[in-house]
Amino acid sequence: MAQNTDGAALVIRSLVKAYVRGKPVLNGITLDIASDGITAIIGPSGTGKSTLIRCINRLVEPTSGEIIFAGRNLVTLNRRELRAARRQIGMVFQEYNLVERLTVMENVLSGRLGYVSPFKAWLRRFPPADINEAYALLETVGLTPHVHARADALSGGQRQRVGIARALMQRPKLLLADEPTSSLDPKTSVEIMTLMRDLSAQRGIPAIVNIHNVALARRFATRIVGLSGGAVVFDGAPDALSDAYLKQIYGGESWLDGHSENDSD
Amino acid sequence: MSQTDTAVIDREWKRYALGERIARFVVYLALVAAVVLSIRTVEVIPDFILDAPEQIADLLRRMWPPDVASYPQEIHAALLDSLHIATVGTVLGVMMALPFGFLAARNVTPWAWLNWLARLVLISTRSINTLVFALFFVAVFGPGALAGTLAIAFHSIGFVGRLFSEALENTSPGPIEALRAAGAPGASVISFGYWPQVSPAFWSLVLFRWDINVRESIVLGLVGAGGVGMALDNALNLFQWNRVAMVLLAILGVVIAAEVAVTYIRKKII
Repeated sequence: MAQNTDGAALVIRSLVKAYVRGKPVLNGITLDIASDGITAIIGPSGTGKSTLIRCINRLVEPTSGEIIFAGRNLVTLNRRELRAARRQIGMVFQEYNLVERLTVMENVLSGRLGYVSPFKAWLRRFPPADINEAYALLETVGLTPHVHARADALSGGQRQRVGIARALMQRPKLLLADEPTSSLDPKTSVEIMTLMRDLSAQRGIPAIVNIHNVALARRFATRIVGLSGGAVVFDGAPDALSDAYLKQIYGGESWLDGHSENDSD
Repeated sequence: MSQTDTAVIDREWKRYALGERIARFVVYLALVAAVVLSIRTVEVIPDFILDAPEQIADLLRRMWPPDVASYPQEIHAALLDSLHIATVGTVLGVMMALPFGFLAARNVTPWAWLNWLARLVLISTRSINTLVFALFFVAVFGPGALAGTLAIAFHSIGFVGRLFSEALENTSPGPIEALRAAGAPGASVISFGYWPQVSPAFWSLVLFRWDINVRESIVLGLVGAGGVGMALDNALNLFQWNRVAMVLLAILGVVIAAEVAVTYIRKKII
């Protein structure tokens, strides 16, 4: 399926993003993302975690560099090609980004909008296969009783489950998650991360997750990338992430006293 | 902390600095001058003011009792005409306003020159009064309901389009971003992302505009653009004060009914 080198799902080369000229937020990031497992990206606020993930599907336009996905450089695609590429990349957001006034079912089906003609989508005529899959996904994330509820009637955790179902509805080859648990309480955060890990493993979809919470990153990721000052300063297995590295990533050390588990912004 | 020194420094504090005080004085002076000048231009004739209560009493006496018999004869049909002009005019106006609303919204249409073009259309249609449009269309299509309907429709474009584009600009960008990230085409982003967010505002402003148009359609008859205004004009020209009173009462009834209907539907929709 993937025509690119050595089976990596995504290759990022020398990625630079500067919102203001001469002040790059991302300073030449190079990463290979394997075709399975969860890669957690950690780092202090404002260091470009979000920018990095948004550059991948070009919600933010990269300044320079290459992003190779499914054998193509996403950075040089035109609008039409980009839309086609985006259909294969699912995304989960911190604020869920559901359409509040639509039902849970409509929100999940909106993951198929890239494949259904605008006219049919407007009439809500989705192919039966999509509708079956939506029901199955909602069952998996435990929202069957809420299929017809409006999205704004759900709790935060439930909304994020809809967000995950919507992303998986795309049958993506890659899953991006931008701080998926930052708006949730600790228990719900663990539930959401468990769900993402299980679904990612089941379906063989590699995931890149921005995460503030180092403890969650250690617990759920197969690989951790530490960003600081727009560059990769740590890249390895969760076990290898020592306090020395954390100090290097976040700076200072007073917050490391005791456990590094209770960090928050 | 405090000094034992006896010297107390009287620091001065004033609400406005000197420059501000002068500026405020100039503004006050200009306001007074403007009022005085306006009163002079209006040329109030004291005799007419003193006379006014008597004149009003006289008119009211002539108006009473309202000519109820004239209602079924000609007022009723003209009133219905006015309502039809308002309704069809609103529908037409909204249909013309929607594309300009989308073009004027900066988040939906990311090309600045298109935003400005659309906004120019919206501003110009709104700045031309319905009566002026009516005079124009009466000249083109002749007197009657068609001219009135088009006048209402064209003047509504600016109002509906402007408020609709503002509603679009106030939508939350998150869901839109999510749909774009899923590779949804533009039309689907509008129908799934924007429309659900703006539809309550849209229906509410359509109703509001219809309410305004009902009142505007009544006046249109004065310039020959159809509806109950024509009946009012005729009665006024023929000094049939009892009939004038009946027309005014009928108009009051319709305006109140429209207000009640709009309030009720709004509550149901939103």
